[in-house]
Amino acid sequence: MSQTVDIHTGIDAASPTVSAEQSRVGMPTEWRDFFALTKPRVMTLVIFTAICGLLAAPGTIHPVLGFTAILAIAMGAGGSAVLNQWWEADIDAGMKRTANRPLPGGRMRRSDARDFGVFLSGVSVVLMGIAIGWLAAALLLAAILYYAVIYTMWLKPRTPQNIVIGGGSGAFPPLIGWVAVTGELTAMPLLLFAIIFMWTPPHFWALALFVKSDYANVGIPMMPVVKGERSTRRQILAYTVVLAPIAVAPWLIGGTSWVYGSVAVVLSALFFALALPVGLRARKEGEGFAPEARLFKFSIFYLFILFAALVADRVLAANAVIGAGMFA
Amino acid sequence: MTPEEEAEFKRRRRARNYVVGGTLLFFVILFYAITVVRIGSA
Repeated sequence: MSQTVDIHTGIDAASPTVSAEQSRVGMPTEWRDFFALTKPRVMTLVIFTAICGLLAAPGTIHPVLGFTAILAIAMGAGGSAVLNQWWEADIDAGMKRTANRPLPGGRMRRSDARDFGVFLSGVSVVLMGIAIGWLAAALLLAAILYYAVIYTMWLKPRTPQNIVIGGGSGAFPPLIGWVAVTGELTAMPLLLFAIIFMWTPPHFWALALFVKSDYANVGIPMMPVVKGERSTRRQILAYTVVLAPIAVAPWLIGGTSWVYGSVAVVLSALFFALALPVGLRARKEGEGFAPEARLFKFSIFYLFILFAALVADRVLAANAVIGAGMFA
Repeated sequence: MTPEEEAEFKRRRRARNYVVGGTLLFFVILFYAITVVRIGSA
């Protein structure tokens, strides 16, 4: 990576939108801006799915170590989010939704954000390795590199399939949470990974249909911008169809009981019922995005309930309320 | 730097110092707890 950086401001000299003048910060950066860089709202989903992976895994973990594993995952997610914003400061400056973030808002030096991101990521991996184990730490490092390098730096500006492959970074937390307990990679944690991986495209593209003008302004090749609405809608439907059997698979392979299985079947049927009108819709000029908004909102509900059901299944099985899955 | 700016400068620096200090204290306690748990289970 070769960047020309102003040594006084830490600003990438090639930056076309974040001017050195705008970002020449005289004041110390507010700690809240460092915190905001970690994308706390995204982190809630990361923490939730990581806790679910940890609680759903067979075996036990000491509460202190369980807390440390979740903390390390959250720090890793935060660190990679910081690196994402460091790299994309120019792009963020051009979009209404992101223009007031600490870097494009000129409230922080770019080099400070880079250093903070690297530090947070490094500490998270070392903490995971020392407290939990080096397999979980290696997976955490892979997740960070996946998001910060493969997605942010490489794929996002190059291909409209960016979100498909990039979705993998969001799929790591439950996998790492599970491995933190068991210390090994098996079919179940890989299925949890696959569920989020396949869920991300319909979830994100439903949103991207709303905000495509924003992405178009900064030249990010999001699917609706490059391939158009029709192709995006077809792909939303296609990924929803593939997601359904993967969501039910933990039950089918005997990793959970019927409790999770029935929840997965019902939720996946509802997901498909909402994706169908989005996938087949031929929207006329001037019409709104009500079906897409419904699908986007439901997709968040879907993931929360699906993973909550996974934990409930484990708790019920552990208390012998129901029969445990074959691999439980 | 005007007096108002200087006061703001000091407020921000003090707030950051508190956050960094609190974070360090938290990690000291956490590493102590991790050590106790790991030694206890060994």
